[in-house]
Amino acid sequence: MSGEAIAFYLLAAVTLASAVVVVTTGNIVHAAAALVPSFLGVTGLYILLNAEFVAGIQVLIYAGAITVLILFAIMLTEGGTGLAGRQRNEQAAAGAAVAAAIAILLVAVAGRTTWTPEPGTLPSYTPGAIGQSFLRQNILVFEGTSIVLLVSLMGAIMIARREE
Amino acid sequence: MAWGWELLRAFVGTIIIFSAVAFIAVMFGVLLERKISAWMQSRLGPKHVGPQGLLQTLADTVKLLQKENIVPARADRTIFASAVVIVPLAALLDYVVIPFGTTRSGPLIFRDLNIGVLYFAATSSLVVIGILMAGWGSNNKYALIGGLRSAAQMVTYEIPIGLCLVTVALMAGSLSTVTIVNGQQHLWYVVAQPVAFLIFLIAAIAEVNRVPFDLVEAESELVAGYFSEYSGMRFALFQLGEYGEMFAMAAMAVTLFLGGWRGPVLPPVLWFVIKLYALIFVFMWVRWTYPRFRIDQMLNFSWKVLIPVSVLNLVVTAFFVVAVHR
Repeated sequence: MSGEAIAFYLLAAVTLASAVVVVTTGNIVHAAAALVPSFLGVTGLYILLNAEFVAGIQVLIYAGAITVLILFAIMLTEGGTGLAGRQRNEQAAAGAAVAAAIAILLVAVAGRTTWTPEPGTLPSYTPGAIGQSFLRQNILVFEGTSIVLLVSLMGAIMIARREE
Repeated sequence: MAWGWELLRAFVGTIIIFSAVAFIAVMFGVLLERKISAWMQSRLGPKHVGPQGLLQTLADTVKLLQKENIVPARADRTIFASAVVIVPLAALLDYVVIPFGTTRSGPLIFRDLNIGVLYFAATSSLVVIGILMAGWGSNNKYALIGGLRSAAQMVTYEIPIGLCLVTVALMAGSLSTVTIVNGQQHLWYVVAQPVAFLIFLIAAIAEVNRVPFDLVEAESELVAGYFSEYSGMRFALFQLGEYGEMFAMAAMAVTLFLGGWRGPVLPPVLWFVIKLYALIFVFMWVRWTYPRFRIDQMLNFSWKVLIPVSVLNLVVTAFFVVAVHR
């Protein structure tokens, strides 16, 4: 087995194992903390794919910001423990069915795709190339995302103001 | 076996970075802090262990190593123990992209990543997870308040730091730290970007939780903030994380604004160390001179002053960079 394969399996194991902890643990703070190794495992996979810039953003946004916001939100509710709330509901069966359906779909798609076995040229992942793609081909998606973010920001301000 | 070599390199690099940070940054840094604070307050400071008290922190470390690790009865043991690892680890990761000098075979840096500056921003943002976990896991209200303040503070002050990093990256046309230092061959960026330098310095002090922004561990209100419940070597590891982060921030400021290892006559590494300790002195000078802010003043200062000014600075810089390139 090549070093790359070993690295891939290790990273995949870290990602999946901590993701399992996230969805099964009964302690919501443990779940939020277990997100960090999961995100870092995904970062490692990005690095294996030579997508350094995306990897950096992954750590900065997901591990460094999203997790912190989740932890922050948990600690601001319920007297700062987050332990009183129930962590499970009656929809486990429905959730499992949806997950299984998605898994079947993914396996089917992956099985039908013809993968090119020989190495080709990688698309460039430099910040410059990503900026170009944001402002050329994908400008509609980019602007759409900004509007969604703006609306959620305004919603948060509205809720905060109403309480005053 | 290229990957085996790479693994060995990473292993050795980790040991080197850890011991260098532990001895040069943390032990010497703590001693320096005590000596400088003593000097500013007309005291003598540590004087008895070793010549002029030089070995005082070494003795303190040995003492801390021997002490018992106390875990509060109702603390969350997993979170409590893992927080200790995250804080110093995040600080150590920062050092991968800092160029300390040049040798004949190229710049002295652990790895010249092409996303160097972004990498630095990403790893330094991981510290706050450890702080939040320590605060929550201790099951102590002072620790929890310290952790929450830290989260609010770091999320707020990461934004001006990020904007300053982007401004410098724009000037140099690259995210690599070595290219940024090479871009300062004729003119240090502190001359070209004085506003960004000032904002970076202020935000860096806030990011490493030092006075006047030390609400996270404000002794007079929160005992010691998020690490109130930690004892023995775990306490020492948090200190290592804090001082490691402070030295990393100062080293990054040297790299981005003060020309990195560049300077006349003296060898490059020496120049880097001189500039680094000059900035560390400024950090300590500020600490022993200014009183602490209130939390609302501090957050307002970042959102209403630092962020708008740094956005404006970024836009103006972008305009000039484009105008020069056209």
